[in-house]
Amino acid sequence: MKIATMREAIARYVHDGDTIAIEGFTAFICFAAAHEIIRQGRRDLILCRMTPDLIYDQMIAAGCARKLVFSYLGNPGVGPLHCIRRAVEKGIPRPLEIEEYSHFGMVARYMSGAARLPFFPLRSYMGTDQPKVNPRIQFVDSPYGNGQVAVVPPLNPDVTIIHAQRADASGNTQMWGLLGVQKEAAFAARQVIVVVEEIVDEDIIRSDPNRTVIPGLIVDAVVHQPYGAHPSYAQGYYDRDNRFYLEWDQISREEATTLAWLDEWVYGVDDWSGYLAKLEKREPGIWKRLAPGEAWSQPVNYGVYG
Amino acid sequence: MTNYTPSEIMITSSARALAGERVVFVGVGLPNIACNLAQRTVAPDLELVYESGVFGARPARLPLSIGDPTLISRATLACPMPDLFMYYLQGGRIEVAFLGVAQIDRFGNINTTVIGDYQRPKVRLPGSGGACEIAIHAKKVFIITHLARRTFVEQLHFCTSPGHLSGQPGERAAWDMPGTGPQLVVTDKAIFHFDQETGEMVLFSIHPGVTVEEVQAEVSWPLKIAAELQITEPPTDEELRIIREELDPGGMYL
Repeated sequence: MKIATMREAIARYVHDGDTIAIEGFTAFICFAAAHEIIRQGRRDLILCRMTPDLIYDQMIAAGCARKLVFSYLGNPGVGPLHCIRRAVEKGIPRPLEIEEYSHFGMVARYMSGAARLPFFPLRSYMGTDQPKVNPRIQFVDSPYGNGQVAVVPPLNPDVTIIHAQRADASGNTQMWGLLGVQKEAAFAARQVIVVVEEIVDEDIIRSDPNRTVIPGLIVDAVVHQPYGAHPSYAQGYYDRDNRFYLEWDQISREEATTLAWLDEWVYGVDDWSGYLAKLEKREPGIWKRLAPGEAWSQPVNYGVYG
Repeated sequence: MTNYTPSEIMITSSARALAGERVVFVGVGLPNIACNLAQRTVAPDLELVYESGVFGARPARLPLSIGDPTLISRATLACPMPDLFMYYLQGGRIEVAFLGVAQIDRFGNINTTVIGDYQRPKVRLPGSGGACEIAIHAKKVFIITHLARRTFVEQLHFCTSPGHLSGQPGERAAWDMPGTGPQLVVTDKAIFHFDQETGEMVLFSIHPGVTVEEVQAEVSWPLKIAAELQITEPPTDEELRIIREELDPGGMYL
């Protein structure tokens, strides 16, 4: 049985010192998983994400990580990530090692990991200082005599955590919207936790196979967690809470206010239901505010053969 | 003459530079408004591409980030990021891309990584994101930034994204860079082009009411000035109407 609570899934699959990828480019960022990792007090993690976003800002402020692998360090559309900056610039709450790529470099690392290749070639980094500060970015000559190309090594997380709209009980997972590098990060990982807005019947998955991004074959745990991506979003289910992204810019400016926020919103609740209850108490109309209008796709006919 | 803000003349100057273009890689903020304005004025066939994996976006509201869900709904295509970087960008399908900068040098090389030493940064900036490969592959790069001496520097603290490198002719080609590099820098005081031979930034036009001395005061190197220096055409009433009523009615970026 793959269906698990978030507490069970994190306890079973995420260990101190692990390399973790919680992917999702602006969309589908699984804050529910991050908060549970913080609550369970994981330490010395190597956190990988193209855009660390607020999710890793919070985990790093809570002292979960010893290293960050990334390609864009910002609060998207707002400004800097203050907690990660404090860790990098001042070693607060602890020094943070960084390993930095460009977006394409991170994408290529996941592809390499997913395909079990020793490296992945890309045309990037030429003429820049990036390879000087990250010796894992290398250049190789083409064996066909047509020039040089940059290469990056595979990234194989111990655990990848993906948030999506829906999956069946076996973990066959469907997504629509920004697909990011979720498929690549999942196939690259040794173990995969999928967190979904809805658990659906296998029949629903089978009615639209082109929309299945991750097969149950590679999924170890399925967690049913509606609104588990807040303040990020799930396309068609709820909008990004841009107001919180702006609020975090203020909360995270000082270590004290950050820790007070973690105390109240992460350590101060038992689980994600507790977080959601607090959210709804603070702003009773929150899900109405974040509800998108409806824009349904037209169904397609796959046909019946035989 | 109608009053306009520095952001508005940056937007209209950028939008007009997209005349006749087909595929643009958009950033958030001013580039987003500029591209949407261009689509409604000088480039009706313009396809908006976002690095989050969206081609042919028709945003119904002003996106706060490049991953805003409004970019997905009604888009032509949404793809995984490997497709975006391998087939669209590296595959040579992007004609113009907008980039922002923390520092830029006279050859259009860009720093968005760090102020001070990389290992012991004075200020840690976001880093590359997709900027490095965009600067290499987009056929042309347009830069939008405020004119300031701390931005227009003699020496970058870190080169995140390549421009015209050291200005030697053929240097980008020698590195196998398919794109032609930075072609335009739009600021709140002036517009710059790049010398086709030397790759050096050249003052092309100054906005109404701005002097060459004011521009030079905000640039750390002695500026080359175009033989026939222009005065930037101010925004028209129609452009301002579209910006204020349709594109940014909340005035978030204006």
